[in-house]
Amino acid sequence: MGFFDKLKQGLKKTGQLLKTDVRDLFKSEGRLIDQPFLDEMRALLFKTDMGYDAVEQIVEEVATNFRGRVVTLEQVVETWRKKLSELMAQPEAPIRFAESGPTVIMVCGVNGSGKTTTIAKLAYMLKSQGKTVLLGAGDTFRAAAVEQLTIWSSRLGVPIVTGAPQAHPASVAYRAVEESIKTGIDVCIVDTAGRLQTQKNLMAELTKIQEAIRKQLPAAPHEVILVLDATTGQNGISQAIKFTEAVNCTGIVLAKLDGTAKGGVVVAIRQQVGLPVKYIGVGEKPEDLAPFSPEEFVRALFDEVTGEPPRSS
Amino acid sequence: MFEALQDGLGSALKTLRGQGKLTESNMRDGLKLVERSLLEADVSFPVVREFMSRVSEQAVGEKVLKALNPSQQVVGIVYQELVNLMGPVDHSLHLRGPNDMTVLMMCGLQGSGKTTTTGKLGRMLKQRGRRPLLVACDLQRPAAIDQLHVLGEQLEIPVFSDRTNKDPVAVANAAVREARKQTIDTVILDTAGRLHIDEELMAQLERIDRQIGPQQVYLVVDSMTGQDAVNSAKVFNERLELDGVIMTKLDGDARGGAALSVKQVTGVPIKFIGTGEHLDALEEFHPDRMAGRILGQGDLLTLVEKAQQEFDQDEMARQEERLRKGEFTLDDFRKQLSQIGRLGPLQKVMGLIPGMSALTDMMGDVDHEKDMKRLLGIIDSMTPAERRSPSKTIDQSRRRRIATGAGVEPREVADLVRQFDAMAQMMTSLAGKGMRERMKMMRELQSGMMQNPDGLAKKKGSTGKRLTPKEKAKLKKEREKEMRRRKREQKRGGDGDGTEE
Repeated sequence: MGFFDKLKQGLKKTGQLLKTDVRDLFKSEGRLIDQPFLDEMRALLFKTDMGYDAVEQIVEEVATNFRGRVVTLEQVVETWRKKLSELMAQPEAPIRFAESGPTVIMVCGVNGSGKTTTIAKLAYMLKSQGKTVLLGAGDTFRAAAVEQLTIWSSRLGVPIVTGAPQAHPASVAYRAVEESIKTGIDVCIVDTAGRLQTQKNLMAELTKIQEAIRKQLPAAPHEVILVLDATTGQNGISQAIKFTEAVNCTGIVLAKLDGTAKGGVVVAIRQQVGLPVKYIGVGEKPEDLAPFSPEEFVRALFDEVTGEPPRSS
Repeated sequence: MFEALQDGLGSALKTLRGQGKLTESNMRDGLKLVERSLLEADVSFPVVREFMSRVSEQAVGEKVLKALNPSQQVVGIVYQELVNLMGPVDHSLHLRGPNDMTVLMMCGLQGSGKTTTTGKLGRMLKQRGRRPLLVACDLQRPAAIDQLHVLGEQLEIPVFSDRTNKDPVAVANAAVREARKQTIDTVILDTAGRLHIDEELMAQLERIDRQIGPQQVYLVVDSMTGQDAVNSAKVFNERLELDGVIMTKLDGDARGGAALSVKQVTGVPIKFIGTGEHLDALEEFHPDRMAGRILGQGDLLTLVEKAQQEFDQDEMARQEERLRKGEFTLDDFRKQLSQIGRLGPLQKVMGLIPGMSALTDMMGDVDHEKDMKRLLGIIDSMTPAERRSPSKTIDQSRRRRIATGAGVEPREVADLVRQFDAMAQMMTSLAGKGMRERMKMMRELQSGMMQNPDGLAKKKGSTGKRLTPKEKAKLKKEREKEMRRRKREQKRGGDGDGTEE
């Protein structure tokens, strides 16, 4: 299955939702763009969680282009698509591998965002690319988190470094990197306990974990991934800001995009924090991870609306 | 909690307050701001729209415009609507009598905090004298069973699980049978979480619901959820007929708009809120308090309730007495500080005091806990005499000694003494005054701090430039002038209050 299909599969619900809702707005031969129409449009766009500013900008765009005119569904959707692509524009953001020695990926996020599953997916992807992977079970806080990652490590057949219960996560991270260097592992993925971005002590702990990794490899971690639950609303902005402050995140993995949630908050994050989305999680299986492309994200979002066949990619 | 929503509404309402006279047009501007902050707080769009239309209808009416203090009325309307939206409450778990078994079923999306909440609920029941059993029906997530067992061990509550069985309905059935054999009176089922579109899971939950017939079904909702919160709540409610909602992760800066939307869309009461990772962080949900908090009025009742649990009542009475007599020493201050420390994270406590939420934001990056420890350290390094009247006894050499003892800069000791003086003055005048007066003084103190944001918790910074005697004199003059002005205003304000009533 191509990445585009995966994305589309994940966003299917989103598309269907927009499709019916938007089609309701239009009569067969177009519709007059007036205030009631614009209000209805706002309602639809807000459902995606893209946030106040983005919605208002898109509404503004449609209003300036078409106010007082009768237009077709396609014309309006094209404007949405263009404006949203503009708002979402980001450079390609694949994983940056170390030139030599192991690449260290640190994974963080709030409680329940889907960190552990994302780590499993990353490990699966890297392994299928022919790389050797090691997991560091840095979540020593949540009950049974280490067990959960250990189960994944045996399912995927990748080694894992764990610490004693209640061991300091920094020491686990340190040993995981140490082990990766010693055994010549390509990629070391370090898990961290979920924490709310407002918990100062825990955020400081995150910085400490990063420092511990740097003691082994000064250039590491090469990637710091923030895992964001696609159902998250505007709080995602605060998460992006505060996690970036603590550990200088390099990108986002948007998890759980297979529900009805649209993950639109990444639009607001892109605008306000500038953090790019690297991958999206579209299912519960290890292979359900796809690289993120803003154009395709937007296209998949609106293709269903206009009924265009997806471009194969 | 709800801080961000509170901030947004706070500034929106300030705009309304700032207007001398409320007209229809500036009220619309203000209401537009209210709308924006609700949307930014993730309140679902249709709910916002309905809320706004109800509020505007009432606010733009003639009655308000002619009223004596229209802006307050608008605040009142917004507040009342928020309360209406989130209420009425029902905190009861509807447990059956001790001889009859009650089954509670927990459900929710992945990562919403079901398992942790199950543990918290178990702890609460145990504290109330019930004998709960936690049942691991989440057979999807790797290690979910382990997680529940670890929680059970921590809480000393029995946990039922069956690792060989792949059918959660059978596990739940076996658990209930087991519970009847033992002296269990409440069974809590921790079910698997998935995305609600997953038909298989919803069918599984329905099967559990039908076969076990739980007395109560609770939905656990992550307070950080965006517009999707209403969709999932709706589906769960349609399939399982929910009896209550528990909002989690409200200790973060989640705006918590989901609380409003979920209640509005499902009509199911919000019972509890999770306010921390620790297992005792489960509180009853109060819409009136929450609405007050959202509006920046502080949550005095919650604080009082919390304080009553933790404060030493006798000690409070003694302090009150001393305050009345106009005695307030660093010893008292120290006691208060450590009592506040016992209440929980300072920022959380401060947010509950009216007018203080803006203050906590101002102190934003300062680490309160650390500052408090430093303050305690300084006070502990003083002699009893110094603590009784610090400003009179502490000279330069004493200051240096105290600073060495506490491991701080002498300047910080001086800062503490200065702040204590200001505070003592306020505390003694607070004593014997009514609530209204107290709130007013609190506000004044706050605005005073606005001008000097470094106020209470000063961190090391530049010492600034040294002033010439001439500049000093000028500053002093200005200060005196300001003081006179304030006194006048206070007097006038007091009179004003009289005529208003």
